[in-house]
Order: sequence, then structure tokens, then C-alpha cells
Amino acid sequence: MYGNAAIGEAAIRAGCQCYFGYPITPQNELTEYMATNLSRRKGCSFVQAESEVSAINMVYGASLAGVRTMTSSSSPGISLKQEGISYLAACELPAVIVNISRGGPGLGSISAAQSDYFQSTRGGGHGDYRTIVLAPSSVQELADLTHRAFDLADKYRIPVIILGDGMLGQMMEPLEFKYDAPSELPVRSDALRGAKGRPSRIVKTFTSRPTELEELNWSLFRRYRLIEKEETTYEIYLVEDAELVVVAFGASARIAKGAIRNARANGLKVGMFRPITLWPFPYEKISELTQTTKHFLVFEMNMGQMIEDVKLAVEGKREISFYGRPGGVIPTPSEVLRVITRLYYQKGLKIEK
Amino acid sequence: MKKVYRRPKSLKRAAFHYCPGCGHSIVHRLLTEVFDEMNIQDKVIGIPPPGCSVFAYHYLDIDMAESAHGRGAAVATGLKRAYPNALVFTYQGDGDLAAIGTAETIHAANRGERITSIFINNAVYGMTGGQMAPTTLSNMKTTTTPYGRDTRLEGYPVRMSEMVALVKGAVYIERTAVNSPANIKKTKKAIRKAFQAQIDDLGYSLVEILSPCPTNWKMNPLESWHWVENEMTKEFPLGLIKDTTRTKETTGKRDAD
Repeated sequence: MYGNAAIGEAAIRAGCQCYFGYPITPQNELTEYMATNLSRRKGCSFVQAESEVSAINMVYGASLAGVRTMTSSSSPGISLKQEGISYLAACELPAVIVNISRGGPGLGSISAAQSDYFQSTRGGGHGDYRTIVLAPSSVQELADLTHRAFDLADKYRIPVIILGDGMLGQMMEPLEFKYDAPSELPVRSDALRGAKGRPSRIVKTFTSRPTELEELNWSLFRRYRLIEKEETTYEIYLVEDAELVVVAFGASARIAKGAIRNARANGLKVGMFRPITLWPFPYEKISELTQTTKHFLVFEMNMGQMIEDVKLAVEGKREISFYGRPGGVIPTPSEVLRVITRLYYQKGLKIEK
Repeated sequence: MKKVYRRPKSLKRAAFHYCPGCGHSIVHRLLTEVFDEMNIQDKVIGIPPPGCSVFAYHYLDIDMAESAHGRGAAVATGLKRAYPNALVFTYQGDGDLAAIGTAETIHAANRGERITSIFINNAVYGMTGGQMAPTTLSNMKTTTTPYGRDTRLEGYPVRMSEMVALVKGAVYIERTAVNSPANIKKTKKAIRKAFQAQIDDLGYSLVEILSPCPTNWKMNPLESWHWVENEMTKEFPLGLIKDTTRTKETTGKRDAD
């Protein structure tokens, strides 16, 4: 199954009731999958909106009504959705936003890139808020994390971003769906569905009293602390004895893994650390690794964005190198292997006899 | 003794914050009277805009959720699609509906979304201090057209209702005003018809209401009522713009196959 289709199927199985999209490459297969498979399901709705701005605001509306809802787009379209994401965060409304990202800035290229790390993890829109950011690195994980995204969104009443890229979206891999579609679509208890048998309710973001907004900011941040504590996830690969740890996420982690396997065959003690949640970022685990590893190599398909988080985690205790290919260029494992090998010898790291 | 005039049940017991002579409070009252009479208070969900009437939720005793500027019709679309049993309406000003939200409005109407828009046209951006709106009249002075709206540079007043009427999904559009008892009565009737179109599942409905903004027009309330009558209605003639509800034909087929 294509990565993009896997997201759609996983969303339907997670009980997604409303999907709102707008065409943009390289995520169109997801919108088309929902048009084919969600639109005719009982109680479900699919709308091809007039813009990404409208699509995210339709998500906002559907989330108000208490249903599981999502939208998807690619980098330039995600920029347009930032307004709505900020409102979702402010109103504490769950939603899932998929970014099958491409090269930027501007219209950029349609090839896979990871240049939206800052946009995804630093809020993107205006105001003091966070979104959970999940970074899958296989088609199986696209499906699994889509399901998890809906659960997290509901659990913490927060917008969740799935940051994939054109490579994952267009890739075909076998996968297994771990859930069947629910027989009844879930509805949140706080759904806005008319004041029947209860007092009328208001969902709002605007207040003329700064102290009231400050209180909202505090309550959001208490929840963000809890998410950091409970939901930080990562994958480690051969780090126990590693002299060099490659830190990479999403598609680039996949490429790095291939390179690391070959490096190990050559006797280089290299491991990999892959954050699965980009926010909350696994600072603690990386900090722990500074005790066992000598050197870090951050590898991204951009000019160096996640490296800032790695630096925050490493706190200057170890040296960090960077290798990146921006613009939608996808490096090969052998290219990354060359980088690893050169760095390994430059730094005089121990070779396994 | 028979009570002939009372606070509508759907109107909260609260003093309006609106300026003296402002049309919002009249429209709020009309809406709540309609909710009571149609007995839909517990089914209605309102989407107020940024602007003076963002605080509509302080007065209307119904479920309400704020929208970003211009996005009312998209938010209402999402809500209605997710929960078709609700009666969803947007409450939007001229800048909101006819400038920043033009795309959202036209396309929601074109899809025949079963929603209603209450469109307050007062020819200025009110809360931000009286800047030029898409509906500002030619030669009219505002804070951003201090020499009067020059149509060569700033374009013409936009007749949004007539534009929306062109799309097939719109089934009922009427322009009214709240500057006289007779017009207020007509406005209420129009609001009622707009909600009826939604209840009957016919398509998109819109009521444009010419509404005085004495503060930003720098007039007293009485002058502003006259200005609506003598100046605004020349550019924005009152009356029915479109009504296909009598045929009871729904817009769009429910199922393509």
C-alpha cells in the first residue's frame, strides 16, 4: 500500500468522520483515498475545500461538533493552515493535520524534504502554543502513528501533526492494520451540538482581560508538561557501544539505518537515535547518550533544524557534526556511509578489531 | 393583564455593550425572537466573528463558537457536516464576509451548505476604528479613505449578496435594514425565512442587513438611521434578491450514483 493511502485507511479505522482537503503534491493520494473511501461511509463527510485555509477551518468546525476529523497537505499548504492550527490550540480542540512535506521555501519542489521541522515543532502559527508532532519513517508507522495521533489529540485536546514527506507518502510497502474501523463513530462528551437539556456553551479564544488569557496559557502549559512526561517516544538502534551516534528522524533515519548497517560491517561502532515525537523532543534520552557515546552526527534533509534540539539536549558535553541535503534532494545510504566513515576517522574514534 | 412585549427566552439577561444607535443589538434581539418563535434555541449553533459582535455570545443564549476572521462559512460547513441535525449560522460583518472571507462565503454557498449567514453591512470596519470596508460607499470618508473612497484607486462598493445569488447552491438571499420599525419587521421575517430554508434542507441562505454604525460614521443615531435610508439603500437596494425555496427543490443531489 502507498504511504498516503495507508494514512487514509488508518484514519478511517481510527474513527475519523470528517476529512477536509485541498489538492497539493505529493499528498494527493491521501485526499483521493478519502474521497473514494470515506465520503460514502455512513455519517461521514469529505469536502474538497476552496483552499487550505478553508479546509483547516472546516476541521475546526467538525472538531467543535465532537467528531474525529483531519486534514492533510504539503508544506506550502501547511503554511496556510497555521492560522487554523493556532485557533484549534487556543480552543483546546483535537484534530489531526498531516504534512507530507516537500522542499522549500516558497513553492519549492515536490520532492521529499524535511525543511518543515521548525514550522512543525515551533508552533508555526501565532501565539504561545505547542502541537504534538509525530515523525513516521515507514509505511507501517504512517498507519500506526495516524491511529496514535487521533488518540493523543482526544486525550490531550490538542492538534497533532504527522510530519511525513514525499518519499514516505509515495512509497509502497506491505503493512498490517492493527485495528478495524469502529462500529460506532466516537463523539466527544463536550461536543457543541446545541443547548439541549443543558445550559448554552461558548467556545472562544478572544478575551478582553489579559489575566484570563494568561490563565489559559498556564493551563495549556501544564498539559504540555504532562505530554512531555508521558508521550515522548524514540527509537534507538545499536547505541549501546556506539562511539558515534547518528541522530535522524523520518525518512532520513531510514537512509541512515542502511548506512549504519554497512558501517558496522566495516567495524565502525555507529548507532542511531531516532526521535518519533519531534515535540515533545526526547531531550533526556539524548542527554543520557552523552555518557556513552563520543560524537553525534545529525543528519537531516534540510540545512540543519533538528540539530538545534540536539544541541539543547547535548548541552555542549559532546561535539556535534551535521550533514544535510536540502531542496528535495534525497541522499543515498552510500553517501551517508561516506560521511560517517570520513567523520569516524577524522575524530579518531575506536574501530572494532 | 396580557404581556405584549418581553425579553425573548433565548436572549440572556445582560446589558448590551454596543454603542447607542448600533444595529447589532436590534439584530441580536430579532435573532432570539426568531429562535423562540421557531422553537429552535436548543438546535441552533452560532458562529460569531472577530469584531464588535464577537461578544454576541454574551447575549444569545445558544451554543456559540468563535471563528477566525472571514472563516465563518468554513467553520459552519465543518460543524454542519459533522452534525447535520444542528442549525448553524454565521454572524459576519462586511469586512469579514465580503473581503477576507469572500472565498469561504462563495464556496459554501455554491456547495449549497445547509447554513445561514447573517451579514451585517455597516460600510466600515467597526471595532478596528472605522476603516474602509468592501462595502464603503463611493466618496465616503473613513480612516483609511480620509479624502473619500476614490473608486479609481480603491474600487467600488461590493454587492456581495448579488454575487452570492449567482451561485446555484444559494436558495434564499434578501437585503433588509434595521433603521425603521417597518424595516426591522421585514428583517425579522427574512431571518425566519433564512432559517426555514435551512430546516427544509434546501441550501445556503443569507440575510444582508444594512446596519447603522453612528460612532464610526460620526453621526448621532437618528442621523445614521436617515443615512441608511437616503444613502446606503441607493447602493444596496433593499428587497428580495433570490428565493428558490418555494419550489422546495433541494440544491444538489444527495448521492451522485
